[in-house]
Amino acid sequence: MRTTTASQDFIRGIWKENPVLIQMLGLCPALAVTNSVANALAMSAATFFVICCSSILISTCKRFIPHEVRISAYILVIATFVTLADMLLQAYAPAQHKELGAFIALIVVNCMILGRQEAFSSKNTVLRSLLDAVGTGIGFTIALVMMGGFRELLGTGSFLGYSMFGPNFEPWVIMVLPAGGFLTLGFILLAMGYIEQRKKTKQSEEPVAEVSS
Amino acid sequence: MSQDNNSEDRIDVDIRLEDSEAPKSQDEPVRKEVSTFRLVATLAVAGTLAGLLIVLVNLHTKPIIDKYKAEQLKLAVYEVLPGVERYDTWYLVDDKLSMTLPAGAKESDYKRLYVGHDSSGATRGVAISRGESGFQDVIMVIFGYEPANGKLTGMKILDSKETPGLGDKIYKDPAFVGQFFEGPETPLVGVKIGAGKGQPNEIDTITGATISSKAVIGIINHAVAEWKPILDKGIPEAPADTAPGEAAK
Repeated sequence: MRTTTASQDFIRGIWKENPVLIQMLGLCPALAVTNSVANALAMSAATFFVICCSSILISTCKRFIPHEVRISAYILVIATFVTLADMLLQAYAPAQHKELGAFIALIVVNCMILGRQEAFSSKNTVLRSLLDAVGTGIGFTIALVMMGGFRELLGTGSFLGYSMFGPNFEPWVIMVLPAGGFLTLGFILLAMGYIEQRKKTKQSEEPVAEVSS
Repeated sequence: MSQDNNSEDRIDVDIRLEDSEAPKSQDEPVRKEVSTFRLVATLAVAGTLAGLLIVLVNLHTKPIIDKYKAEQLKLAVYEVLPGVERYDTWYLVDDKLSMTLPAGAKESDYKRLYVGHDSSGATRGVAISRGESGFQDVIMVIFGYEPANGKLTGMKILDSKETPGLGDKIYKDPAFVGQFFEGPETPLVGVKIGAGKGQPNEIDTITGATISSKAVIGIINHAVAEWKPILDKGIPEAPADTAPGEAAK
């Protein structure tokens, strides 16, 4: 049924079908918790844990889940792992848990995770599903850390808590506020679109060059 | 009579036709009919397993979380009551201070007071925590208070979701926090920086975070107003049978 190879399953989620930057899924956490790199990493780790565990479990149990109740079953599985992630974070990374607050619980409704279960894990083998989940998880992490990096760097002048510009740097408070999330996402998407366009131009070099001249 | 039967038959046929057509209209192969029981059973089994898993992990993580919270609270009490060596936890039961809760009562349902003692055992002020709405969400404040002269000994924000960069200065700005450690008198009054008249109960609010800083002042004033009548009756001595040093959980 599938025409992709295992490595494609893995790579796809990282760039070509990056959940945040291309598919525009999981934007709520991507905008809300990326005001620092540490928060972005904690959010990514929790999401990574949930998507991998859910993918493994759902691809294993796909035979036993009746088609009619599959979405409820997926949500149940995802919600369980989110609760586990929530409790583990609270126990082992209380500072991050405090910062992330309600957004941990909201991983349940991150459509990126449910999307992968419905579109991939429910139809593929365990190994393939795990590869797909890891790829998607890495893609999500890259997007969040990128956003968190920019926002923390400009908004507080530090990276992972280490001051970068010295004491004379006047932080752009707007960047750590919600509006900064939208700005950052917009600029990253702009850059991605530019890169994609240049790629296309290179592929079909001559004709496009003529058009533009 | 016979006509009635006929019409019923026709309806039956119609329904059958609709049923048999439904699967054909889909592109996917015809699925086995799954019984309702199986649907319910699948979700029930999955739910039970999920519940079990959560309980198991909760058993493991709850002690760690509780320990951390207790630790944080303990640190906060010592921070807002400088010079205190140990403290006792008192609960407000029926408008009276008590160290024990009525049987079967939940600890979180009762208001608490932390009474600090110095190394000689003398009472050195009380710590009170209270939460009220700030700019974004509830701000949880704990502060030290000396019932004898109505002065504050310190203040710490236990929990807040105030705006990063502005409202979060209520705990990140040392100039603001420091004022509460300089023994201001209650009730506090929030003033703009430079607009104060040098009164001992003035607190300079934070520029750009007036609501958040006034919320903190309000919380402390409300808590003092609420506890003052109780504290004026005097803090009862700790019962002798409680082990000195560790009454706090």
